[in-house]
Amino acid sequence: MTNLEHVITTSQYQEIIENNENVMICCGRMGPMCVPVYDAMEELTEESKNIKFVDMLFDIPDAHVIRNAPECAGFMGLPFTMYYKNGKVVKATSSIQSKEQVQAILNEVF
Amino acid sequence: MESNKYDVIVLGGGAAGLTAGIYLSRAKIKTLILNEGMVGGQIVLTHEIANYPGVENISGYQLASTMKKQAISFGCDIKQNIQISDLDLSGEIKKVIISNGEQYTAKAIIIATGGRSRELAVEGEDTFKGRGISYCATCDGDFYTDKDIIVVGGGNSALEEAVALTTYVRSLRIVHQFDHFQGFAHAIEAAKNNPKISFILNSKIEAFEGNEKVQKVTIRNLNDNTSQKMAIDGVFILIGYKPNSEKFTNHIDINPYGEIPTDSKMATNVKGVFAAGDVREKRIRQIATAVNDGAIAAIHAIEYIQS
Ligand SMILES: Cc1cc2nc3c(=O)[nH]c(=O)nc-3n(C[C@H](O)[C@H](O)[C@H](O)COP(=O)(O)OP(=O)(O)OC[C@H]3O[C@@H](n4cnc5c(N)ncnc54)[C@H](O)[C@@H]3O)c2cc1C
Repeated sequence: MTNLEHVITTSQYQEIIENNENVMICCGRMGPMCVPVYDAMEELTEESKNIKFVDMLFDIPDAHVIRNAPECAGFMGLPFTMYYKNGKVVKATSSIQSKEQVQAILNEVF
Repeated sequence: MESNKYDVIVLGGGAAGLTAGIYLSRAKIKTLILNEGMVGGQIVLTHEIANYPGVENISGYQLASTMKKQAISFGCDIKQNIQISDLDLSGEIKKVIISNGEQYTAKAIIIATGGRSRELAVEGEDTFKGRGISYCATCDGDFYTDKDIIVVGGGNSALEEAVALTTYVRSLRIVHQFDHFQGFAHAIEAAKNNPKISFILNSKIEAFEGNEKVQKVTIRNLNDNTSQKMAIDGVFILIGYKPNSEKFTNHIDINPYGEIPTDSKMATNVKGVFAAGDVREKRIRQIATAVNDGAIAAIHAIEYIQS
């Protein structure tokens, strides 16, 4: 398991994106393409206090909010990573990202 | 700054770099590991490791975490997710500058920067990464259930992953640039005997097309130089690894394949600079051989700085 806060239900998901201005959710498994993204997020949690970093297991039923999100149409690589500003999706990526790539997205969207 | 002065700096924190870190720190040598990206390297990209002696079955992430913990427990400093912006390896005191401007010095350097997946470097590859182009069959295989896919490559990993992917897919074509494979006989046999697998040999992919995800590839036949477009649901690119040696081009000898030649002590052509693991000129690239190199490089780095 990661050291990030885990989102387990859709209501918890709603609560997080509505009550935090900037949110990054990584939805994946504990696999090779996902672990480096979680790891980058754990470090960024310390460095970017204005952003809420959470994860969600790809295979739990409530993860349909991300699996079936229109922004993820066409995604065929884990993890699915979503960025929200004031409750709205501002960016979504599929597959592995380095900390540098994640940081560039955070700078761009938040 | 005294705190930025080390006896040895290890560049890269994969199996080789972490092993060097363990041996050096345990010998009370002040050691820093600087790693671009996440510590663990290629081990973290491996779902399950079954051939590392003494450990029956372990996930790559777990093995890397244990190696990291061991190194830290002996006093090794580790900085990950850094970028090296400048190097001076020529003098007695070696200098490494990272992108935030911090400078570190050491009496010896061990280069253990490993390798990364080779990409095809063709039109559309960047656009469709994670949208029909994948480099990890174990991670993304289930997205292709009942789909028609291509695996590019002709080595062991391409052949073995192709066979594994047939659990999910409807059909699978292996596209390979030669008319023969570089894999082990049993891996070639298993792919040839699988009814879902067919072969497009002497061919290479030239471009990917699609909208939201990849839909077509252009394949060129290298015998008659004709090309065809083929409808496809996904492509797995498994064409081997490339040494991460670009940063050292103007500092040490590097062979035409991008590998760093060393002697049996893991010493490079520059005094006080050693190399270990997949970045080194060698034939067998495994965790066991990376660990071997890391230990040898560490012990000779200790001898060097104490001589
Ligand atoms: C999918 C896959 C499955 C595998 N399965 C097995 C297996 O089952 N058994 C087995 O024995 N082997 C396996 N291997 C091979 C094995 O993982 C490698 O041979 C071994 O891990 C190499 O270790 P390394 O330390 O030399 O390099 P790497 O693991 O590549 O580590 C190098 C590190 O250096 C960092 N780095 C890169 N450039 C720089 C830079 N400029 N500055 C600082 N840091 C840098 C990287 O981020 C990385 O962390 C597998 C490899 C892959 C990709």
